[in-house]
Amino acid sequence: MLKLIAKRLLAALPNLVGVVIITFMLTRALPGDPAAYFAGGAATPEAVEQVRKQLGLDRSLPEQFFLYVGGLFRGDFGTSLTTGQPVLQELLTRLPASVEMVLLALVVACSIALPLGVMAATKPGSWIDQLCRLVTTAGVSLPTFFTGLLLAYVFYFLLGWAPAPLGRLDPVFSPPPTVTGLYLIDGLLGGDSGLWWAAFKQLILPTLTMALFVLAPIARMTRASMLQVLSSDFVRTARASGLSNTTVRVRYALRNALLPVVTTLGMVFGFMLGSSVIIEKVFGWPGVGSYAIDALTASDYAPVQGFVLAMGVLFVLLNLLVDLLYTLIDPRISLGASS
Amino acid sequence: MSETTKHIKHVLSENPVTLVAAALFAFFVLVAIFGPWLAPYDPLASDTVTALKPPSLQHWFGTDALGRDILSRTLVATRLDLGIAVSAVVLSFAIGISLGLAAGYFGGWWDIGVIRLADTIMAFPLFVLAMGIVAALGNTVGNIVLATAIINLPFYVRVARAETNVRRSAGFIEAARLSGNSDLRILAVHLFPNILPPAMVQVSLNMGWAILNAAGLSFIGLGVRPPTPEWGILVAEGAQFIVSGEWWVSFFPGAVLMLAVFSFNLLGDALRDIFDPRKRT
Repeated sequence: MLKLIAKRLLAALPNLVGVVIITFMLTRALPGDPAAYFAGGAATPEAVEQVRKQLGLDRSLPEQFFLYVGGLFRGDFGTSLTTGQPVLQELLTRLPASVEMVLLALVVACSIALPLGVMAATKPGSWIDQLCRLVTTAGVSLPTFFTGLLLAYVFYFLLGWAPAPLGRLDPVFSPPPTVTGLYLIDGLLGGDSGLWWAAFKQLILPTLTMALFVLAPIARMTRASMLQVLSSDFVRTARASGLSNTTVRVRYALRNALLPVVTTLGMVFGFMLGSSVIIEKVFGWPGVGSYAIDALTASDYAPVQGFVLAMGVLFVLLNLLVDLLYTLIDPRISLGASS
Repeated sequence: MSETTKHIKHVLSENPVTLVAAALFAFFVLVAIFGPWLAPYDPLASDTVTALKPPSLQHWFGTDALGRDILSRTLVATRLDLGIAVSAVVLSFAIGISLGLAAGYFGGWWDIGVIRLADTIMAFPLFVLAMGIVAALGNTVGNIVLATAIINLPFYVRVARAETNVRRSAGFIEAARLSGNSDLRILAVHLFPNILPPAMVQVSLNMGWAILNAAGLSFIGLGVRPPTPEWGILVAEGAQFIVSGEWWVSFFPGAVLMLAVFSFNLLGDALRDIFDPRKRT
């Protein structure tokens, strides 16, 4: 088992290296002379030369790469020009806002998509199967910025149910004391129910927007994998042995059908990290995505590159987590490893 | 051939929505070609008198904050959006299929290198990578096309490599090699036609996604610059008016974008059912 986990860790390593190499290439592909850019508009040629030395841009490309990697190990992601703060620190303070939205969206999407996929597979051709088909095709066609704005219009402007789509918390409230950075958890720890409710209301629309987007791949995979398992021999045997429908579907079929669904979670995380950038812009959500967009509009490249690198590394780690989870819940894999 | 037509008929009759999707697809292609002539107004002409007016008989989709006709802007944008998507898909098809063919056919270092490249691209959340590429290479439409092509590359590489791998030592390839064909000729004449059907399915599944991706990049302010009409920008321009109730500025371009992607995805599903019934889910 341990050996298997170590193997997965090793397999993730080349991807991590690849991510770092690509981000390095992107930093060096910046339009114009990076030294002149970082020295600022009014710098003298001597100042530019000094910045070039300081950044190591006068050395060969491999040397520059090792300097870059060395910097990353010391937590040096560069400095934002607009705020003057180290990029890593700013990313870390804004990460909880994004994480809170993504995790909640995953929970919401799974709690709708899994039952939908299972029901569609148990009654192929029925209205619920058609509904599942519609949801899976429509879901991947929805531009998240469009659904987000539509939800904001209906639930804020027309119905007045949701708060204004501007940020994590109504300005009336001050954020809860930071423990995890997730307002829902910190609000609970602080014991302020009014604050918790306010934070929760702000979260609903962005979370729903993202959940609608990632619902489709999860429902589609659940349905396909459930259909396959339901037609297999061991399910037929279980049925023939007189087990109840619920036992067959849940304990026999669903447990097996979930394995392929877990593998698609990696892809789903990729969708979520990508779409979070757009959703954060729509809802004024102060996460890492809107940080990168703000930097982009100000032509401040270090935060953008820090963001791309951080998302790449995060995605590799999430995929590793999914792999490990798969290893843990699939009994066949551990059996194969120990024998 | 009659077998194939029968099968196509079967797929169509089982899912009549496909016909609607095909009609929509034809509609979008026509609009892309004739859009500028169909537009009732100049898409760039502003008029402060008619600013932010809701849909009416004069302006079917309403007008934006500068009094520009949204219907005209949406119609004209079709060509740019479809153009970006088609060029991106063609580019990743050409490069991805060539790399995948070489990897599957030659094996060895070719294979390792190409697969590692595809895996490294896939190691990123793809939209974030596209964002990073456009930010680094410069804010132009050409770079949007390039970035969209790069993030789609791995799918073509994988399809081509897998399909080539199973045929590499098939009888007809051995025969072609023994009768003195060069590797290049075998790849182009004997292998390429065989991987075309699954590759075409991939193309049709990719198109909708490529449009979404390009529109998303423009929405966050990359690539296409205002005042050029483009669906993502049109939606972004109306975003600030949603909270004050002027819904039409964002709604119509967004709905048209959604419809375009939806029809592409439905067609993709139908093509897959026709060419590769096993993959049906």
